[in-house]
Amino acid sequence: MTPRDENRTLPADVTLADEELEREASRLDAVWQTKRGLWGWLTTVDHKEIGRRYLVTTFLMFIAGGIEAAFMRTQLMRPGNTLLGPDKYNQLFTTHGTTMMFLFAVPIMTAMGIYFVPLMVGARSIAFPRLNAFGYWTYVVAVVFLYVSLFANTAPDVGWFAYVPLSSPQYSPGHRVDVWAQVVTFTEIAALVAAVNIIVTVFKMRAPGMSLNRVPLFVWAQLVVSFMIVFAMPSVATGSTLMLATDRAINMHWFNPAEGGDALLWQHIFWFFGHPEVYIIFLPALGFITPIVETFSRRKVFGYTALVMSNITTAFFSFGLWVHHMFATPIPELGQSLFTAASMLIAIPTGIQIFCWLATIWSGRPELRTPMLFVLGFFFTFVNGGITGVMLASVAFDKQAHDTFFVVAHLHYVLIGGGVMPLFGAFYFWFPKITGRMLSETMGKVNFWLFVIGVNVAFFPMHVLGLNGMPRRVYTYLPETGWGPLNLVATLGAYAIAVSVVVFIANVIRSLRRAPDAGPNPWDSSGLEWAVSSPPPPYNFVHTPIATSRHPLWDTAIDLPVITGLRSDRREVLLTTAFDARPESRHYHPADSIWPVYLAGCMAVVFIGSIFSPYFVLGGLGLSLIGLAGWGWTGAQDRERERVQVHQSIVDTA
Amino acid sequence: MRRILCAAIVACSLAVACEREERRLNQSSPNGPAVFVAQVPLQPGPTLVTDTAEGPFDDNAYGTSEGQQLFEQMNCSGCHGNGGGAMGPALMDDEWTYGSLPNQIFASIAEGRANGMPSWKYKLTNQQIWELVAYVRSLSGLTPKSPRPAREDHMMVKPAPNQTPNAKPKNTGLPGASQRP
Amino acid sequence: MQIQSALDAASLQARSIEHLWWWMFGVGGAIWLAVIAAMFFALRAARGRRGSDDLQHVPAESHKGLERVVSGAVIITVLVLTAFLVADYAVGRALAAHPSRALTIEVIGHQWWWEVQYDDTNPSRRLVTANEIHIPTGEQVQLKLSAADVIHSFWVPNLQGKRDLIPGYTTTHWIKADKPGTYRGQCAEFCGLQHAKMALHVVAESPAQFRAWFAQASTPNSPPSDSTSLYGQRVFLTAGCSVCHTIGGTTAQATIGPSLTHFKSRATIAAGTLANTRENVEGWIANPQAIKPGTRMPAVPLKPAELTALVSYLETLK
Repeated sequence: MTPRDENRTLPADVTLADEELEREASRLDAVWQTKRGLWGWLTTVDHKEIGRRYLVTTFLMFIAGGIEAAFMRTQLMRPGNTLLGPDKYNQLFTTHGTTMMFLFAVPIMTAMGIYFVPLMVGARSIAFPRLNAFGYWTYVVAVVFLYVSLFANTAPDVGWFAYVPLSSPQYSPGHRVDVWAQVVTFTEIAALVAAVNIIVTVFKMRAPGMSLNRVPLFVWAQLVVSFMIVFAMPSVATGSTLMLATDRAINMHWFNPAEGGDALLWQHIFWFFGHPEVYIIFLPALGFITPIVETFSRRKVFGYTALVMSNITTAFFSFGLWVHHMFATPIPELGQSLFTAASMLIAIPTGIQIFCWLATIWSGRPELRTPMLFVLGFFFTFVNGGITGVMLASVAFDKQAHDTFFVVAHLHYVLIGGGVMPLFGAFYFWFPKITGRMLSETMGKVNFWLFVIGVNVAFFPMHVLGLNGMPRRVYTYLPETGWGPLNLVATLGAYAIAVSVVVFIANVIRSLRRAPDAGPNPWDSSGLEWAVSSPPPPYNFVHTPIATSRHPLWDTAIDLPVITGLRSDRREVLLTTAFDARPESRHYHPADSIWPVYLAGCMAVVFIGSIFSPYFVLGGLGLSLIGLAGWGWTGAQDRERERVQVHQSIVDTA
Repeated sequence: MRRILCAAIVACSLAVACEREERRLNQSSPNGPAVFVAQVPLQPGPTLVTDTAEGPFDDNAYGTSEGQQLFEQMNCSGCHGNGGGAMGPALMDDEWTYGSLPNQIFASIAEGRANGMPSWKYKLTNQQIWELVAYVRSLSGLTPKSPRPAREDHMMVKPAPNQTPNAKPKNTGLPGASQRP
Repeated sequence: MQIQSALDAASLQARSIEHLWWWMFGVGGAIWLAVIAAMFFALRAARGRRGSDDLQHVPAESHKGLERVVSGAVIITVLVLTAFLVADYAVGRALAAHPSRALTIEVIGHQWWWEVQYDDTNPSRRLVTANEIHIPTGEQVQLKLSAADVIHSFWVPNLQGKRDLIPGYTTTHWIKADKPGTYRGQCAEFCGLQHAKMALHVVAESPAQFRAWFAQASTPNSPPSDSTSLYGQRVFLTAGCSVCHTIGGTTAQATIGPSLTHFKSRATIAAGTLANTRENVEGWIANPQAIKPGTRMPAVPLKPAELTALVSYLETLK
């Protein structure tokens, strides 16, 4: 699909002069800049500021989850260890899982999307800036709530998937599980908000000329994942916020068999979300790999269409797998077998993607810089996890391996190998864009080797431990089981991972202390985000670029065609059509606003208060009405629906 | 500014180690009431007020929940009927024949009472009796609301204690105000 | 024999699963090696290419060749996955085969111990025990699994895959032990504070030995003869023990805690946590919370003489 001819007949193929660009830039700066001080910090709606904050906060959660894991591994280092009693251990492993899954893995992927998708599609901003800010602040409420609870001895202690009846009020007295339920509520709201934002940005705000078949694979992955979030998150919200929280607070009987409820109902509702959740973590990471492989193989990726279709197919299939978490329950065998087939089938699109990347590398000229090393680490680690996943898809084998350390090994291999390794690669790749500074290659290589070795030393022995009978979630074990030596090895691997993360942090701090040394495109990559300065200005692009191919910066040599005509006296963005990205209209974007953070505070009152009294819910909703009124009031003029006149120009990017 | 805010939050949370959520697993059993517990409000001469100390598990969710389990396992419902009373008096209401203070309920359970209340002193440990005390008091809304148990995984035969309104007991066994020194 | 290991099968079911595992391990391992080899090959093959800093342009035939290789790899993937699927279905069918009548044992999961009841149409012939299941070798045994409180999971890796015990459901599980032995299992679904110490033992013995055991287990313990044990029995009945535990042949018939009939015949106590020795039993009764913090068994205050006598009495319950 190519842009329609009328775009090419627009007037004035003009090369814009530098002074004119500078004048335009300073006008845009004045309009798009975030105010200084605490007020500016609270009211910003710049997607890059929000994205940066998200990245920092989620990385802090990664460290917190890692510290919890370090405690757990130290406790399990020897049989009969007394570092942690059962109560503390249960709180730690639950907080570790909840932090990693809800507070780190999904939000960091959406954070990368929030920061980069508008840049990659050539837009000035994300579709709904205030909603974006609201999502971040809601996520912060979840972080604070969970960690204050951890220090107040109120952390959840029922595992990150909180099976009933253990998490029902009779067997989990107090409010620990209510904390868990509301953490899920807040992170689910934040994820939904980010998903909606990304979907609309990708469909309505792409640069002219960027038809769907020219959209970068990073953006495709984020788009697909956003749809998955929209379909999956409501399931866990129903289960956790609606059902479990009401069972506990106002004595509903959703999961009470004696009154007509069902303990298995929780598992179905949770895993219908839970399985897509891990693909929500995995698919964006696949989106990181393509630009890295392309850049460091000096070649356009092999099989663009196959990669896009694989992403979409994986997303669809992932909704049909959830019962493989429940093979040990009394679900009829015939039904379980269908899920075995689906769980094995989903390996095919993922395999296609891996083969396409290997083909790209083979036919390219690979350079082994740090981001590329992490991609190789992904191949090494994730493929292992994927294969154990296919093994676990078999009902018969899963009956031995379910709920043992074999599953722990599998899930960490796929989540770390398939999620965190590409993420580290992405950090090294896009850090110069975000901060304007390069990360050290030497430290990067140390980081990489320690990480890959640490991950494999920590988690490979767990396959053996699981097959040798070690169940999950045990705070200790007897010496006669013989599990001691492998547990010790795993703990040493965990410490190696910790050291590698410390190296990474040191690398970041060291780079941040130096003067900016990265130009707009230090890796000579092809996406539109590399056309702007590092870090990008608040308005992203002085003039909206025109995408003439899948790899704009590789195909347009020196000069980048742009569109002029958007106003620079107010925040204005260009809206384009969904499929062909023809310019359609202009939209007046909102200024900075306090209402997102205010409304996030109201959400905190409503949901945290609901644990204690219904009056908090009423009061919080009442306060929210004020916020919604304020939000709508400042929402300014309607989008001008007139056909926009845009002028195609050329900007000299040399 | 941000840093101060964060530090304040952390400091506050560390200071408020939540009593409701404590699980005192491997600690010695709390002692029975040490002081004299009166069974009737009449006393000759200047009156000694019965010890009004809090039960050790009254504000502890885990202990109250253990009491709920014990109530079922020791078949208290056999006479007290899930709290509504049958052969034995109701425990959900605000009438307390032998007093509703924790020490008084402890004494009632441990010593037994006329007309059929068995003596559990040599069958349950002090810890278990205190847990039952906390649960029984929660049935009528005498303990703080937050640690009270919610619904059980059984048929719902009574409102769960966390939905019971807070109560002020009648006939606590305490001497009336006019009689106290 | 490797204790509690799925890789040391001692039953029909576990053996099928173990064979499936080794087959999948071999094929899966080969695939992993192939992919990693392809990765290294891809890195090395490209090293030889020289050229300007320009982007790599791939000639049309190379591209066609790549297409063929990738398509071939995809086809191989589909075939391998189909093979895995067929293997799984075959093993599943083998595991599902069972006779219409078999010895039936009910296993009820509690926090944190296993209640075991041998079914019989005649109620007086039902046998109730705890934490240790005796089965005859060479025949399929049917287990009926349910839970009294939260979800547990019955897992004896040497003998079978696991099955969840879910409140509100009764599920059926089949085991057929090949050879005599004691097989350790453990709860495999997180069930609270002492999930880690909720183990059980399955003792498989020849059919003759099983019948002998069953006959002996069904007869109540003979009353103790020596004075210390008699005193111990009195302690058992008058202190808090009889409020929760059953001992066949006495007036202690409570079902809140595990049955202690023929207590001394079991190899372990506290759901597989400690060996059943005199010292361990004394330590357990004196302070259960020190060994299993959170367990429902209280620390009953006993004088030293009472404790010694009680343990002597329990030692007579063979």
